[in-house]
Amino acid sequence: MVFEKVKKIIGEQLGLDDVSGVTPQTSLMGDLEADSLDAVEIIMAIEDEFGVEIPDDAAEGFKNIGDIVKYVEANQ
Amino acid sequence: MMQEYAVGITGIGSYLPEKEVTNFDIEKMVDTTDEWIRTRTGISCRRVADERVATSDLSTEAAKRALADAGIEAAELDLIIVATVTPDMAFPSTACIVQSNIKAVKAAAFDIEAACSGFLYAMTVGQQFIKNGFYKNVLIIGAETLSKVVDWEDRNTCVLFGDGAGAVVLQRVEEGYGILSSYLGADGFNGSALAQPGGGSRIPATIESVTNKLHFVKMDGSEVFKFAVRVMGKAAMEALELCGLTLEDIDFMIPHQANIRIIDAAAKRLKLPMEKVYVNLDRYGNMSAASVPVALDEAVRENRIKKGDIVVLVAFGGGLTWGSSVLKWSK
Repeated sequence: MVFEKVKKIIGEQLGLDDVSGVTPQTSLMGDLEADSLDAVEIIMAIEDEFGVEIPDDAAEGFKNIGDIVKYVEANQ
Repeated sequence: MMQEYAVGITGIGSYLPEKEVTNFDIEKMVDTTDEWIRTRTGISCRRVADERVATSDLSTEAAKRALADAGIEAAELDLIIVATVTPDMAFPSTACIVQSNIKAVKAAAFDIEAACSGFLYAMTVGQQFIKNGFYKNVLIIGAETLSKVVDWEDRNTCVLFGDGAGAVVLQRVEEGYGILSSYLGADGFNGSALAQPGGGSRIPATIESVTNKLHFVKMDGSEVFKFAVRVMGKAAMEALELCGLTLEDIDFMIPHQANIRIIDAAAKRLKLPMEKVYVNLDRYGNMSAASVPVALDEAVRENRIKKGDIVVLVAFGGGLTWGSSVLKWSK
């Protein structure tokens, strides 16, 4: 559930028409070619959606989308 | 009840140093590229003042243009407020230096420091004096020479900033026009995200402070980005609410020119089409307190704003601070 919402947010923020190929192993910057500010905007949208705060040092540790989902689930 | 007067901008002017520093020039100074700077910031070029030029020099030129536009003499001014984080010196204030330069013999003069929100803070302060009848002619200046306080070896910050000055004359205007509302705020709890730590009483200038580059601008980019995107929307909404207007009433928005990605994200949150948003940061970069008045001056000169338009000015910056004003254009 969290993953599906996160996937939708990423698609909206990056303007992707098709997010069906996005998996928990997908990397924002490595696979989806997001830059550092795209990543900040995605984190902000996720913070707003789930009402969580994701500090910079936590965000810097995320290697893929699965890590973001785990963080949101643990802190929701 | 005490009589209150409507207050508006009756004259506006700006001044930019001639020297342009392009992204390609910066490529030769630090490890960066034009493409990286443009995609991350939207900036292509910035103006840089000569070694001998100080903030008061830029302010003086902008002030003369604003006075001419308003059709008043400097001697008629009651008050001069300069908003800047790059004053000529700790004291006298830059406002007093400008007063002397333009010979505003009867004006009081002081500086305000609210970083990039400084112009909106200064305009709101100046407005009060006219609104309550204490003064009639107030000159507000936002001016910076940030090129003097950026670390030209730090690729994360030196690409962002530029020099310039903008000035407005505030006077009584027709009832129902002028500044309809203003909203100011601060969050000192997170002030360290954007700072120039050296040179004050906490870290006075020493050989160590200079060696450790404490007299330069320091910024936590992603924290400031998040703050900026959120607060711009909030500040604009608060000011609109204070005067009973809504987003649909906005004819034109002049945001602080820090980063096109911040402006885009904030406009998206406000659901404001970019045709209604003024952008000149591609040419000038972030001029801190000068950004909003320079952008407003250019928008007026390009006939983007006409009498009766609802114009929202919104800024955010170090402090952290933010401010917004809703104007019904009166010229």
